[in-house]
Amino acid sequence: MALQDVSGFQDTPMSHRWNTPASLSGDGGVPLHFFIPTPQSSVPFRCDNRHTSLSSLSTSSSLPTRRPFPLSHGTTTLAFVFQGGVIAAADTRASCSGLVACPTAQKILPIHSHLLVTTSGSGADCMLWERILAREIRLYQLRHGRRLSITGSAKLLSHMLTRHAVTDMDLTRSPVSDRCGPKLFYVCSDGTRLQGELFSVGSGSPYAYGVLDGEVRWSLNEEEAISLAREAVYRATHRDAYSGNCVDLFHITAQGYCRRDREDLREEYHRERERVLKRGKERGKKEKLIHV
Amino acid sequence: MEYLIGIQGQDFVLVAADNIAANSIIQMKQDQDKMFKLSDKILLLCVGEAGDTVQFAEYIQKNIQLYKMRNGYELSPKAAANFTRKNLADYLRSRTPYHVNLLLAGFDETDGPGLYYMDHLSALAKAPFAAHGYGAYLTLSILDRYYRPDLTRDEAVDLLKKCIEELNKRFILNLPSFSVRLIDKEGIHDLEKLMPVGAK
Repeated sequence: MALQDVSGFQDTPMSHRWNTPASLSGDGGVPLHFFIPTPQSSVPFRCDNRHTSLSSLSTSSSLPTRRPFPLSHGTTTLAFVFQGGVIAAADTRASCSGLVACPTAQKILPIHSHLLVTTSGSGADCMLWERILAREIRLYQLRHGRRLSITGSAKLLSHMLTRHAVTDMDLTRSPVSDRCGPKLFYVCSDGTRLQGELFSVGSGSPYAYGVLDGEVRWSLNEEEAISLAREAVYRATHRDAYSGNCVDLFHITAQGYCRRDREDLREEYHRERERVLKRGKERGKKEKLIHV
Repeated sequence: MEYLIGIQGQDFVLVAADNIAANSIIQMKQDQDKMFKLSDKILLLCVGEAGDTVQFAEYIQKNIQLYKMRNGYELSPKAAANFTRKNLADYLRSRTPYHVNLLLAGFDETDGPGLYYMDHLSALAKAPFAAHGYGAYLTLSILDRYYRPDLTRDEAVDLLKKCIEELNKRFILNLPSFSVRLIDKEGIHDLEKLMPVGAK
């Protein structure tokens, strides 16, 4: 089948060789062998022309590719675990230096019914790795007859990313596994992999942490958790120039994920202004609104 | 930003590491364990560049376990330290250098306790006490002053507490908690986490 050919899968026994980080050869016999576009194939940024003939899938991907400019992570994404599962929220602004390239980007991508990935950093890289991860998890499921565990998929992703550490992205994976309960991992392209109960990633993350750190508890109910996540993204988009537009919210439980409608944060801003005005009037004195 | 410390006694090694996993100015995780169990009586403490630490430490950990599977016996702490050093040195001379600072602590039946200090240039030294990180600048003199080779377990823990209080007082970064473990002939023991309170 096409998928089988692309992934170089052959009918070999399941035993894996020990692979050291630097010696993974382009051997199609290892079941965990992935086809990953190596930096050699992206010619414009190569700084070293010595390696002209390489086997396509060998590990010389470790040649450092010089970046044409530093990439920033203009986004706010967050996820936290509570008694009702996992909430993941993100803004929808895709920025390109000072330009809002797309006001309706989707930063939370479902991999399968119980696994979501929130992305931050280079949009193209995130899109690519999300698809590669989805493919690898599906292949694992076909080969072994069971879904790869959340911890396993986090480890798989982090190992795949480490070898391509020139890319620049953070992913928070918010899955729920029926077997082990809700889990949340932060995976970064520099190889970091952390398990936790609350993560926020991107340029707006300090603002989101400010709202979340005081309020997130295990015992939140679903409504409170959703409104807290929305508030955190709203506050971050208010202060951070590179986050904004709308907020996407996903809630994952043991039954799968469910997605709320995308909400425009401009309306939230106007609603809040009205609330503040009303409070001022109720107190019976004129309030001088300071606008930023 | 990160801190590791090890103190060797007559028949034990006491090691401690901070628990913060940070990303630029944000503390991503406050309960990160930076110690990796290489075998029943060997611990590897690893700090350094973000992804490199876990990748390198797990690579060493799995290879030590593989050695045991293949040969039926475990590597001694000295052998494990030298194996780690050789690997780090080889990677330094490759296209994928790992930037990590390590402490390796273990107990050997014949040689007794051992603490090995390894830095990111792959220099290995057996030492009675050692520390990594900016905190080392503040605490090595304390260790120099109060260390004796015949420290008891309680005295070693007190010495460790002295070091951590000094960090709490003088180090500008907040390191709120430290994992502590002790290795002796019975194996690896988890001691209670040290959490310095308030400023003096």
